[in-house]
Amino acid sequence: MSTEHTSPEPEESTTVSDDTVTIRVFRYQPEKEDDAEPYYEEFAVPRVDGITVLDALMWARDHEDGTLTFRHSCRQGVCGSDAMFVNGRQRLCCTTQISDLAEPVQIDPLPHQGVLKDLVVDMDHFYDQMHAVDPFFDPDELPDDPLEEQRQSPENREHIKLSTRCIWCGACMSSCNIAAGDNQYLGPASINKAYRFIKDEREGEQRRDERIEQMADDHAVWRCQTQFSCTEVCPKDIPLTEHIQTLKRDAAKRDLSLW
Amino acid sequence: MNRMYCDTALETHIPTPFGPSTCDMSEPYDRGLVEDYGRWREFAPGMWAWILHKFTGWVLIGYLFTHIAVLSTALDGGATYTATIQGLEALFVVRVMEIGLLAVAVFHILNGIRLLMIDLGIGLERQAASFYISLIITALIVIASVPTFLGEVGV
Ligand code: SF4
Ligand code: FES
Repeated sequence: MSTEHTSPEPEESTTVSDDTVTIRVFRYQPEKEDDAEPYYEEFAVPRVDGITVLDALMWARDHEDGTLTFRHSCRQGVCGSDAMFVNGRQRLCCTTQISDLAEPVQIDPLPHQGVLKDLVVDMDHFYDQMHAVDPFFDPDELPDDPLEEQRQSPENREHIKLSTRCIWCGACMSSCNIAAGDNQYLGPASINKAYRFIKDEREGEQRRDERIEQMADDHAVWRCQTQFSCTEVCPKDIPLTEHIQTLKRDAAKRDLSLW
Repeated sequence: MNRMYCDTALETHIPTPFGPSTCDMSEPYDRGLVEDYGRWREFAPGMWAWILHKFTGWVLIGYLFTHIAVLSTALDGGATYTATIQGLEALFVVRVMEIGLLAVAVFHILNGIRLLMIDLGIGLERQAASFYISLIITALIVIASVPTFLGEVGV
């Protein structure tokens, strides 16, 4: 059941006007005992040059309804806290220009995750999957002298460059309908994280084998069906499917034998 | 939906920004399957390729069984088999289904090649284009085949 709440100033909703942008926002307020069913609320936000989806949300919160809840922090595509489902696609609100979108701009919380309040989703599962791959540098041997540098060749650094860009926003996981159907699936971001360390020449053979072993699992790389939805939505343009495919080949080569 | 509250959170109202989030407010709201299936319009090319590949795969498996059934009429002798084939081929609907089968098989083969390339790590940046090309080639072959399949129905 959805109730249409309109914003206090009666602005012609869903019509495109020159000086305002209409955003249509998913609202869910579990603290309202009597009426906790989700609904959509429209806000008419002043159109200014370069306004992003996040700017519009912040304006609505600051001027219209202080209870409108969403995560954000850096406002420059660095922290990864404001991935949302904007006009039918996972995007970072702070790096998405309103001018690139059809109006009214519809903003939902990330799909396939439980909604805690308004646009805030439960990220626990995503973080669990990220932590499952030990997302930290873990070399076989440390130099005797703790001050000694562990050098990486520029070529190797270049090789893993894109995979290091992940900001843990969860857009990829949310876009993946395989992940939606299999809760044990590690998901694109954590496999990319594993790739980042497997391909890092400094970690050493033993650790690499362990990591590849973990990737060669039904619920790891083999779950990927190459739908490319993660690659398509990643705000950091990480070639996720490509990395998953590379690890599939590594996993297959691992126990490849003639007989 | 579940509207259970965590007792302690309600009583104390301690803001715990880094604590277990599910206990702070309430159970998360599950939007259910509607959100999955209602969103087909937003599916990306790779998703459509996947759906069509699964669908054509199942159709081919189904066809295999009818194929075996028709072939096994030959166990009763050549005459029965000939009569069965002639009877089936005289039906317009069978001809149309054959065109469908061709479409399904051609797409499955072309997309199979596409998936093979993807597995080998070749041309991943062009996966959407190769899906569209598979569709176009399938359409061309199917259109070209229509005269052959519908040519002499009932002759
Ligand atoms: S891989 Fe991309 S989409 Fe996925 S969490 Fe990292 S930055 Fe976000
Ligand atoms: S607010 Fe930090 S990524 Fe958007």
